[in-house]
Amino acid sequence: MDFNSIVTNGLQAFVGLDAVYFALLAIGLNIHFGYAGLLNFGQVGFAAVGAYGVAMSVTTFHLPFAVGVAIGLLAGVALALLLGLPTLRLRADYLAIATIAASEILRLCFRSVALSKWTGGSDGLNQFANTFANLNPFTPGAKYGFGPFVFSAPDTWSLLVGWTLVGLCVLLVFLLMRSPWGRVLKAIREDEDAARSLGKNVYWYKMQALILGGVIGSLGGMFDAAQTQSVQPDNYGTTITFFAYAVLILGGAARVLGPVLGAMIFWFLLSITETVLGQLVSNGYITFITSSQAGKVRFMLVGLGLILLMVFRPQGIFGNRREIALDAR
Amino acid sequence: MLRSLPRPRLIRHLIAAALVATAGFVLVATAPAAHAAGEGLLGRVTVDSQPVANVSITVTKKGGGQVGTAKTGPDGRFTIGLPGSGDYTATVDPRSFPSGVKLLDPKGGSHTVPVSSDGTRFVIFPLTAGKQLGTAGGGGGQSNKHQPVRALQLLLEGIRFGLIIAITAIGLSLIYGTTGLTNFAHGELVTFGAVVAWELNSRFGLQLIVATILAVIIGGVAGGLNERLLWRPLRKRGTGLIAMLVISIGLSILARYLIQVFYSDRSHAYTDYGNQTARDYGPVNLTDKDLSSIVLSLLVLVGVALLLQRSRIGKAMRAVADNRDLASASGINVDRVVLVVWIMGGALAAFGGVLYGLSDQVNWEMGFRLLLLMFAGITLGGLGTAYGALVGSLLVGVIVQMSTLVIAPELKNVGGLLILIIILIVRPSGILGSRTRVG
Amino acid sequence: MPGDLPLSSAAASFEGLAQEPGVPKRDSVLVVDKVTRTFGGLAAVDVDHLEIQRGGITGLIGPNGAGKTTLFNLMTGFDRPDTGSWSYNGGSLSGVPAHLVARRGVVRTFQLTKALAKLSVIENMKLGATKQRGEKFLRALVPPTWRPQEIDIEARADDLLVRFKLDTKRDDYAGELSGGQRKLLEMARALMSQPEVVMLDEPMAGVNPALTQSLLGHVKDLRAEGMTVVFVEHDMDVVRDISDWVVVMAAGKIIAEGPPDQIMANRQVIDAYLGAHHDAALTIEDEDRQLADDKGTAS
Repeated sequence: MDFNSIVTNGLQAFVGLDAVYFALLAIGLNIHFGYAGLLNFGQVGFAAVGAYGVAMSVTTFHLPFAVGVAIGLLAGVALALLLGLPTLRLRADYLAIATIAASEILRLCFRSVALSKWTGGSDGLNQFANTFANLNPFTPGAKYGFGPFVFSAPDTWSLLVGWTLVGLCVLLVFLLMRSPWGRVLKAIREDEDAARSLGKNVYWYKMQALILGGVIGSLGGMFDAAQTQSVQPDNYGTTITFFAYAVLILGGAARVLGPVLGAMIFWFLLSITETVLGQLVSNGYITFITSSQAGKVRFMLVGLGLILLMVFRPQGIFGNRREIALDAR
Repeated sequence: MLRSLPRPRLIRHLIAAALVATAGFVLVATAPAAHAAGEGLLGRVTVDSQPVANVSITVTKKGGGQVGTAKTGPDGRFTIGLPGSGDYTATVDPRSFPSGVKLLDPKGGSHTVPVSSDGTRFVIFPLTAGKQLGTAGGGGGQSNKHQPVRALQLLLEGIRFGLIIAITAIGLSLIYGTTGLTNFAHGELVTFGAVVAWELNSRFGLQLIVATILAVIIGGVAGGLNERLLWRPLRKRGTGLIAMLVISIGLSILARYLIQVFYSDRSHAYTDYGNQTARDYGPVNLTDKDLSSIVLSLLVLVGVALLLQRSRIGKAMRAVADNRDLASASGINVDRVVLVVWIMGGALAAFGGVLYGLSDQVNWEMGFRLLLLMFAGITLGGLGTAYGALVGSLLVGVIVQMSTLVIAPELKNVGGLLILIIILIVRPSGILGSRTRVG
Repeated sequence: MPGDLPLSSAAASFEGLAQEPGVPKRDSVLVVDKVTRTFGGLAAVDVDHLEIQRGGITGLIGPNGAGKTTLFNLMTGFDRPDTGSWSYNGGSLSGVPAHLVARRGVVRTFQLTKALAKLSVIENMKLGATKQRGEKFLRALVPPTWRPQEIDIEARADDLLVRFKLDTKRDDYAGELSGGQRKLLEMARALMSQPEVVMLDEPMAGVNPALTQSLLGHVKDLRAEGMTVVFVEHDMDVVRDISDWVVVMAAGKIIAEGPPDQIMANRQVIDAYLGAHHDAALTIEDEDRQLADDKGTAS
């Protein structure tokens, strides 16, 4: 066993690009699910419209990258309005089904032959974020970082931008959730009718929450797309939303830093299990699965982890007992 | 207050559940020949979603000339090994098409895909016996005279598909009705049934009918274990409905990848009833297996209806779904009823899975793909009722298939999902549900 | 100062009114006209006319399923009627959504208490205040724009908590309170919006007897401060103790109105409670005696 590579890979994943992507998705979900109690199961749809917003603007319509970013964010707002206007009056489980269906509709449309003229069909679009890559101040070919955290120049640039975005979003959530605005949101999560009886416009607050969380999800999708320079429809399947929920619940819903810690730990654990399983298989310790199957085993562990967390620690690994005692509703 | 179940017991239950599930898979499934290492290009050629054999495909490397050729097998599939990573172009030869068939997208005769090192890519060549994409817009045209016949054919296929959705959705609907659980892992019960039948059929050489009967029994046991080992203990602990919904998602992911690891990440057909040609029945045609699928579905559904209507347990199920507390107060053993609902739901899901696998091949995420259509069906019919699920699912199946009259077949599920959203918005109690039951 | 109003003035405003359903009041704050609401063909509410006197405590009684809570829901915008109109201070409330009804000064509580479990007691209280600047999205991001107001609100909330003897629970989660304390919190929270009309749906239900008197005292205090109180209650002792006027509902209709003592003796009311052809077992007096006995043994 090569423990050095296990730890190095794990630590790199801990602060890596996937952690940034899922931190952003989960910060958005935290606003929806953690604070407002909205069961949005279509978060990946927001990521998709953000990513495709920027990719199509640049590739298909030859607009500048910055305009593409603006369009991507607006697409997030538009999706939130489109979804929210009719569905926010629905019961929680109906909203879950409606949003998951909407995100699947988006994916099927993005990959359809009929729209491939604009979307690139099932192959998606590539090389639309050269502006982002060219802004990179780091020297190509050089390595940056310290200890195990050594990254190539493009990754260093992406990580710098990514974690800055995460930091800004965290600050935004922190400010909002300690304000009276956040108090109303939490009240709606606890009991809509109570909030209504105290003169709060529940529908409008839910809409604001859906838009805000959705736009942060779109930002995540955009970041991921810009950093990989590609969008592919099948990368926006419902599994991504489910993983974002796993991230959120791992770190603790309704906590400002919950989604960020969740994303870091999630990818750390996923990387470790992948490397360990991979080495066990290639060294012949495990014979009943192949190395390509070992990659899937970690997804099984995500599912198992989500079940165990929800059963034993629904408040997340850092949550407090006192709060969970109230959950026996 | 409600947490009567001590914690270590729950842990034991969960571990037991995991062991049983794993053992089950090891027993019935060991991966079929793992795919060859190295880069590869896989693909499939279909005519209106049915596989086509003996179509020639040529693969060239960008700037590197021809790499290989292949012909599709009876399942419409082909595999071509590649010398390394890079951009490859797969081109289909129109001269090898069956007569009267052309490319669905006239420009879709070749696909260029980047293949990463050690990666495989999948390409699909959809062909059609009807009109091509882009020729639909003009309105009129000579294809119109076949339209009524095609509509009839699609209606029939829609009924077949709708009945499969109905069989799988009844369990989902009754579980929701009796326990309030929105079970996102129900699709995996469908996949489980199809995969178990496939393993018994292909690996152990059992005839498909025998394999199906066994798969249905195993599916029922799986459903019952779900309830006994996971959901009942959780209910006794007073776990909230939303928490249970998230748990069912975890279970769905776990089960799906478990199936993928132990079954395969590819699609396979059953060894029986593979290559059937359609018989003409007046203006429409059907293969024998599709006809059997329709007849068997109808028989099963009538059986379920009789069970619900006539038997004691059936009446108890409806009573619990209608008002859990009232049913409990009037002496019905709710836990027992829920267990029976789960066993029935698991068995029906497995049966539906086999029928679905018979028409569309067995795949590790087939159930998950069906799940949203099941939701659409039971929402359309009115959540929590068995008959609503039946009618709603049938409608969804018909709408999904018939929508291909006006939209591209690849988008047919979009129609079903759109209906789901619209129904949720316009009439959340469903077409059969009464208005007052909501809220 | 509303608190200076003599207690007798509220009772006096009901003096000499005819005791018949729908009787006009001297100064009506709420007026309900021809409101109907049916559920699956069953008329839950069918009120021809009802006026609520300003500054009084009006009890709404009736057997289970009489439509009291439905009427509450309709008047506060939580449900929509099939027909009819209703107004508040002369302005129509028909079709006004619940949160706007609350902002105009009609707040309600619920039969099943809705304390916001995972908010602290003080957060619950502060939520009740209306016109909060910090509840606007953009201002929420700039604390200096809402801090001063928040400090005022917090001071007011603390005062009310002291008055309702919840100050020791200030920083506990509302979910940790007892049933009676939740009722108190809900009432105190409703007062944070400085309402004109307070509608209490079974304020005493599930409250332990030790807290009942204190709750009753708070309801009377509301009247003393000039607020109008409408409440639904089953306990006849409570109704007799605090109401100035009693409205009786049965099968969705208003069947009687009058001062508590006369209402309790009203034949129609007894019939409604016990069924028209009851076997003449208990009179209201009998029931009262029994209730009194129960109380005696309990304390």
